[in-house]
Amino acid sequence: MFLAPRRLCSFGSSAKFLKTIYPSNILGLPTSAKMSLKLKNARRIEGLDSNMWVEFTKLAADPSVVNLGQGLPDISPPIHVKEELSKVAAIDGMNQYTRGFGHPSLVTALSCLYEKFYPNKINPNKEILVTVGAYGSLFSAIQGLIDEGDEVIIIMPFFDCYEPMVRMVGATPVFIPLRSKPVDGKKWSSSDWTLDPQELASKFSSKTKAIIVNTPHNPMGKVYTKEELQVIADLCIKYDTLCISDEVYEWLVYTGNKHFKIATFPGMWERTITIGSAGKTFSVTGWKLGWSIGPSYLIKHLQTVQQNTIYTCATPLQEALAQAFWIDIKRMDDPECYFNSLPKELEVKRDRMVRLLESVGLRPIVPDGGYFIIADVSLLDADLSEMNNNEPYDYKFVKWMTKNKKLSAIPVSAFCNSEAKLQFEKFVRFCFIKKDSTLDAAEEIFKAWKNQKS
Amino acid sequence: MGLVMTLTQSSRLGLEAGCSVFLEQGLCLPYPALKASRSPGWDGLLPTLCLSLRVEFIKLASENETVNLGQGFPDFAPPDFAMEAFQHAVSGDFMLNQYTKAFGYPPLTKVLADFFGKLLGQEMEPLKNVLVTVGAYGALFTAFQALVDEGDEVIIIEPYFDCYEPMTLMAGGRPVFVPLKPSPSQDGELDYSSNWQLDPTELANKFTSRTKALVLNTPSNPLGKVFSKAELELVASLCQQHDVVCISDEVYQWLVFDGNQHISIASLPGMWERTLTIGSAGKTFSATGWKVGWVLGPDQLMKHLRTVHQNSIFHCPTQAQAAVAWSFEREQQHFGQPSSYFVQLLQATQHKRDHVTRSLQSVGLRPVIPQGSYFLITDISDFKSKMPNLPGAEDEAYDRRFVKWMIKNKGLSAIPVSIFYSVPHQKHFDHYVRFCFIKDEATLQAMDKKLQKWKAELTP
Repeated sequence: MFLAPRRLCSFGSSAKFLKTIYPSNILGLPTSAKMSLKLKNARRIEGLDSNMWVEFTKLAADPSVVNLGQGLPDISPPIHVKEELSKVAAIDGMNQYTRGFGHPSLVTALSCLYEKFYPNKINPNKEILVTVGAYGSLFSAIQGLIDEGDEVIIIMPFFDCYEPMVRMVGATPVFIPLRSKPVDGKKWSSSDWTLDPQELASKFSSKTKAIIVNTPHNPMGKVYTKEELQVIADLCIKYDTLCISDEVYEWLVYTGNKHFKIATFPGMWERTITIGSAGKTFSVTGWKLGWSIGPSYLIKHLQTVQQNTIYTCATPLQEALAQAFWIDIKRMDDPECYFNSLPKELEVKRDRMVRLLESVGLRPIVPDGGYFIIADVSLLDADLSEMNNNEPYDYKFVKWMTKNKKLSAIPVSAFCNSEAKLQFEKFVRFCFIKKDSTLDAAEEIFKAWKNQKS
Repeated sequence: MGLVMTLTQSSRLGLEAGCSVFLEQGLCLPYPALKASRSPGWDGLLPTLCLSLRVEFIKLASENETVNLGQGFPDFAPPDFAMEAFQHAVSGDFMLNQYTKAFGYPPLTKVLADFFGKLLGQEMEPLKNVLVTVGAYGALFTAFQALVDEGDEVIIIEPYFDCYEPMTLMAGGRPVFVPLKPSPSQDGELDYSSNWQLDPTELANKFTSRTKALVLNTPSNPLGKVFSKAELELVASLCQQHDVVCISDEVYQWLVFDGNQHISIASLPGMWERTLTIGSAGKTFSATGWKVGWVLGPDQLMKHLRTVHQNSIFHCPTQAQAAVAWSFEREQQHFGQPSSYFVQLLQATQHKRDHVTRSLQSVGLRPVIPQGSYFLITDISDFKSKMPNLPGAEDEAYDRRFVKWMIKNKGLSAIPVSIFYSVPHQKHFDHYVRFCFIKDEATLQAMDKKLQKWKAELTP
């Protein structure tokens, strides 16, 4: 603290003098902070600033690291999809604003496609909204339908954006974990992980506004059975709640499994928003186009959010997507249809990943769908002593593996709420929608790793 | 009854302003807005979305073979280099079909930081001072959500681009309106957008301890006003005095006519730390359908926008961003030269402005000459006094009835300006309509034909 030199104390009153001698920065407040006490964030985003993807994509950015972390394909999108976008890019008239709630040819194509799976017709203008990725649909649904004080049931592990989006509207997430049956001896499958019906029922209350269902599931790859979805549906009807059904991986379902749309169950169309994704359907995550389908009296609220957030999505991408859809809609029974060929291609990669993970003593949970696989890494008993002690085991493991094995993945506890991280901290997620050379490189790493152990 | 009680919109959507309309497309908010809630006895009076006046006018326009000067976007293609950039982005490296960095495709954030850093006189870092959004519209939304809290006041200058009001309301804020007022012009003299000004005392009185932000739009839509340095200094000093954020919508920054200068308020002393500057690739490169926009600002504010962004859409489409990056790189090389698209577009648009202004005058419309943007408003008071009783709903503002009449009878469409005013003030500004003049020569010639026919009908 600076003291005024004695000789200056004779000027004016001491209070006035102190004001002169002790400007705000000496009182401990830097001038800019004192002046901008108001320039702070709105309460709705308090505590929502951290995002694990920023940290982990940075880690994996090292080109010498084989990246099985972030869920994006490094395979080429199908040729017909790339061709349609090239064609559209040459059209002058496709570069200005289109219809806010979805480009006409796209919502028509979506309606035509999905009517094949629903007992009801789907009005392209009133019952479909095209959004900035499925992420944008989740945001619009939550903003449009969930209020402060509402409860939203989230099944753990969960795609990490569900929790902050629910909190951002001032609602309370209510978590319930998937739990595994004991599986001694046999292969561990995502179908071994289920919800306890009584536990699930106990999570519903008069405050419950919605439950978010993700099938096929990220990160586990679980494909909910008809019976499992019926349990959820019964509770939604009993408690008069909404269902937000994230079905982005709907085409990626492997042999012996079937994708069920909860919105097609009796009593569910009227209370369900079903979300889909161009990025996951056509391996074009960078197009950032998704959609919500539901009854008009729900979709209109998502449309209101849309017109006050981004207003409309990019025109040329929507047109190209529509054309790509028409091509595959016309050949849905054909093995060449991308909806059929991609899961076949991925099932082979899935099986390869299972073998690779097992070969080094990791214990994978074989996914029934999706393009992720999680594995229990604790049996490896890796020496993680050099890693930061404050983090969950899987965070440390992934960082250790990235550094020492040049292989990246994502810790599954990142898909859990902060109180429950320990429940899943032994698990790590690998993405397998990768080209053969990437998986070959991963195989080399696993081989060397195995040899090091023996 | 139970179903209906639960299946309500969130109360956040019970926006209480009247019909707030987004004009380029789409539906408007509930009119009048009902605050839906979960209270018992609520009998399912779900607010109905009304078709926007815009959509109504477009529909009318297409039914009547109208020359469309209503919709606010170009009816010509982006420049060749931009089309080529997009074609290259979609047919080159196939990994551009996948996610890019959340806060912006790196070559784009880099060129924006370089380009605008120079313009704003500010060292800008791509990761800290730039955020790429889904259009300038997405930038505005992200800014409001990041900073405006329940009960905060947001000053909006009328007439305003209509989304500012509902975005303020959706963030729980309270819009506080302050009008630009035209000084009375002499009969026969043209009115200019520079003639429309803020009253400094009135503006100062709008600031309270609850004021969180002021929204500035320069060049402005619909008026085409380009705020002068003195006007910006007034706004700046009030923002600093009251510790307020300035959200500066500068999407039309390259369309400034007659040698006027666009000034970014963020470049004024003391303003960088409290200003978010919003721009649009759509307006810059005549490619509104790409939906690429950005916000530039100090890290201490931008970090909050990044939080909203990562919890709303997370990534923007990659290829459109790549096309915009290449387009900016091209413009950087040609900046200030005759070969620059900004220079060429400006010259062409000024020429169109002059053409449209002259043509409208020939039928007794009185345009307000805009200093910038690609809109002008035109005074229709003479028509209001000569034909006050145009068909329309009871209490429907005159300008809306006039536009419908003009579409049906004269084959020209425009947008009623009362839509750009807050509900209490609409009745004072029901004698202007907005024309968009960034149209192809063929469109302007078709407009001339319609106006010639109109003129011929006026002479007995």
